Amino acid sequence: MTRNSSRPLTRRVFFKRSLASLALGAAIGLGGLAEAKTPDNMLVIAHRIDDITTLDPAQSFEFAGSDVIMNVYGKLVNFDPLNLEAGFQPDLAESWEVSEDGLSITFTMREGVNFHSGNPVTADDAAFSLQRVVKLNKTPSFILTQFGFTPENVEETIVADGNTLTITTDKKYATSFVLNCLTATLGGIVEKALVMENEQDGDLGNAWLATNSAGSGAYKVVNWKPSESYTLAANPDFYLGAPSMKRVIVQHIQESATQRLLLEKGDVDIARNLNPEDVAGLEDQESVAVDTDLKGNLMYISFNQKHPQLSNPKVVEALKYLIDYKGMEDSFLKGQWREHQSFLPAGYLGAIDDKPFSYNVEKAKELLAEAGVENLEFEAGVREAQERIEIAQSLQNTFAQAGITMNITIGTGKQILTRYRARELDMYLGAWGPDYPDPQTNAGTFAYNPDNSDEAQATGLLAYRNAWDPGPLTAAVEAAVIEGDTDKRREMYEQMQRDFQAVAPFAIMFQKTAQTARQASVKDFTIGGSVTATAYWPVTK
Amino acid sequence: MSQPAADSSATLANRSPRTLWWTKAGMSVLRTLGMILVTMLGLLFVTFIIGRVMPIDPVISIVGERASKEVYDAAFISMGLDKPLLVQFFVYLGDVIQGDFGQSLLNSRPVLDDIKRVFPATLELATLGTIFGVLIGVPLGVISAVKRDSWIDQITRVIALVGYSMPIFWLGLVGLLVFYGVLGWVGGPGRVGIFYVDVVPVVTGMILVDSALDGQWDVFRDALSHIILPAGILGYYSLAYISRMTRSFMLEQLGSEYITTARVKGLSEWAVITRHAFGNIKVQLITVIALSYASLLEGSVLTEIIFAWPGIGSYITTALLSADMNAVLGGTVVIGLVFVCLNVFSDLLYAFFDPRARDNAS
Repeated sequence: MTRNSSRPLTRRVFFKRSLASLALGAAIGLGGLAEAKTPDNMLVIAHRIDDITTLDPAQSFEFAGSDVIMNVYGKLVNFDPLNLEAGFQPDLAESWEVSEDGLSITFTMREGVNFHSGNPVTADDAAFSLQRVVKLNKTPSFILTQFGFTPENVEETIVADGNTLTITTDKKYATSFVLNCLTATLGGIVEKALVMENEQDGDLGNAWLATNSAGSGAYKVVNWKPSESYTLAANPDFYLGAPSMKRVIVQHIQESATQRLLLEKGDVDIARNLNPEDVAGLEDQESVAVDTDLKGNLMYISFNQKHPQLSNPKVVEALKYLIDYKGMEDSFLKGQWREHQSFLPAGYLGAIDDKPFSYNVEKAKELLAEAGVENLEFEAGVREAQERIEIAQSLQNTFAQAGITMNITIGTGKQILTRYRARELDMYLGAWGPDYPDPQTNAGTFAYNPDNSDEAQATGLLAYRNAWDPGPLTAAVEAAVIEGDTDKRREMYEQMQRDFQAVAPFAIMFQKTAQTARQASVKDFTIGGSVTATAYWPVTK
Repeated sequence: MSQPAADSSATLANRSPRTLWWTKAGMSVLRTLGMILVTMLGLLFVTFIIGRVMPIDPVISIVGERASKEVYDAAFISMGLDKPLLVQFFVYLGDVIQGDFGQSLLNSRPVLDDIKRVFPATLELATLGTIFGVLIGVPLGVISAVKRDSWIDQITRVIALVGYSMPIFWLGLVGLLVFYGVLGWVGGPGRVGIFYVDVVPVVTGMILVDSALDGQWDVFRDALSHIILPAGILGYYSLAYISRMTRSFMLEQLGSEYITTARVKGLSEWAVITRHAFGNIKVQLITVIALSYASLLEGSVLTEIIFAWPGIGSYITTALLSADMNAVLGGTVVIGLVFVCLNVFSDLLYAFFDPRARDNAS
């Protein structure tokens, strides 16, 4: 068989030339498209934002959502992002006064602050915003309703009068407690008229505010595409001065390696979810800086007091000496969790840094011998998250050094939590995040359990879930909540935590840290520490 | 023929050829529609049941772990979870028939709006990937079959093997590092650069198409620089599959006696390969390409995650992990519809390319 040689050859040559020219064209054409760096007045952030469910301050209860609301809405009182230690500061309320009986706080509104629409922020808007939280009764509403506000009484207990707003609680609470709660995301003040214009079926604008904004903060929402991005535009009339960053774009980038690549290429200014390996990879880069901040989450283990041996204080104490706090912090938890042994996260009013326990097998063995416990075996419930499983494995190993057998049960959040709430787990390993920036948020769950009976069903309380009666600590928590003198209140929490460390069947182990990598030129970017959310308005570059 | 028709077949036989054709075509369309309906119903039912029995609590996803019992119960009832499972399913089915996929439990938006946003992104990516796969994979398969065991065949086999065995996650990251990080030839993750976000009015949702329609060629170039790498990587996987299948189909044909006959008749090699051998594998290739396209449409989750591509794969995955069952169901219905449509489309193409199928149909 002979081959018709000329045609295939011609085609082959043609094919090769076409390929070569295509490749060259692609290289030249696309080579010129390498992106420019971010502009000086624009902040571009790579972040995981797929947890945002709504932009309504009365409903939002996620980290990424709090960041948006922090920048879009003013609150009566708020933290100064560059001085978090100072605690709450005046924001839309210029000042406040507490009534003699301690039940009412009257806020005087700041004059001359406008919403993004141009309308002035009034006491009426503030009253509406807080009443709305109570009436809508969404998840975070308990932060306000714990002061006795109900949908029925809220018109009488939260009242605007001219330029003042008065809130009246059901009993006397520490002023710092009430004000700390108002710095939470739900304290965002919305524009009443605009929200009510967009009300659907009596929802007080809930559906509309889920994707739109009606605030007076440094930025307004341009758009939010779930699990994709959100864009904020600067409010030139922001009462603290127009922000330097005219536009903030936050892109949802799931992968740490992708975030790092974008940062190194200069296509983003900030990468917020780098894993320790990628952070280590950036160490030599002069153009990039890494900030480490403490967040509010705590990692802890707790022991069910219904268990015959785990309810022995000596056994609990022994177990606290069988945790390799430093070993875990310096190995697989590096850069993500820091050793912390008290129930208030660093950064909170009254937080202490005492670390009475360290890994000490001999001490633990002594305590177990004193307790007369041998061959202890129990079950630990762990949710299926990598770092928790690794912690559980470390504990299993160190407990075994003292002859204790810990059987790990790994399950979904629902499986493990259901059993934990039903007080069925011998040991629970988990994380706890504070709900609002006041010590009561953790004291009221770790160290408070007025009725330890099974019938009480106080499943929201961590002490209850472990069938633990905190004894005098319950009363101490109640006393601290109504203590008007902030310094005295601080001392009360400090003492409370020391008592808790000594007797509680909880071993608090770690506090969450967040590592944020940024271009070295970006200044004053703060993620709000353990008490509040990220602020974009102070940022310069 | 003048006898009155006694049964339906006689009636059919009495009709004019044109009427007969229309009747058969109508029945065929009805059969196809019926098949689509049953498939979609089955898909919906199975997904719905799996969603309800899996051990994730959708209420906790919405209200959070620490919600009070009142808040939890209110959400439980408002989501209709207090009703029997079958009732829940029929309520859902009724809504879907009216085009209402419900609201995403997580972002409070209509699921349909979300799908309209994420599906075009995936469609754009998968289409370009498939075009790459076909344009390169088919010729490569043909050449390696014609030049069996030659160096080009060996290379094709290695390319296909690598394509099959390399984790897409790794390939995507390395691709990004080399072409975006080091060489700077392509745009980074995301669909467009930050300067072009929301610049083009949304018509189809596919940025390449929308920017071309709007005449914004700088946006088009930027979008192209962003899509080229993920589409290339998806295309590589598609290429690996398509080239292997093309090669084996071609080898089967080239070994047939009719090919020898054609060669003996003195036909040029080009004509033998393209007209005879290739002509006969078109139908099989359509199936392979359609399957590959469909798998890119639903299975490019990892590519979407690495390239921060807001497509339907990552949408469904995120929804599933958060127990957002409305979103999962909506996404599944769309993917199911795509599969069914691709099937129907391949059937139509069979009729076009295969004379036997055409004769059968007519």
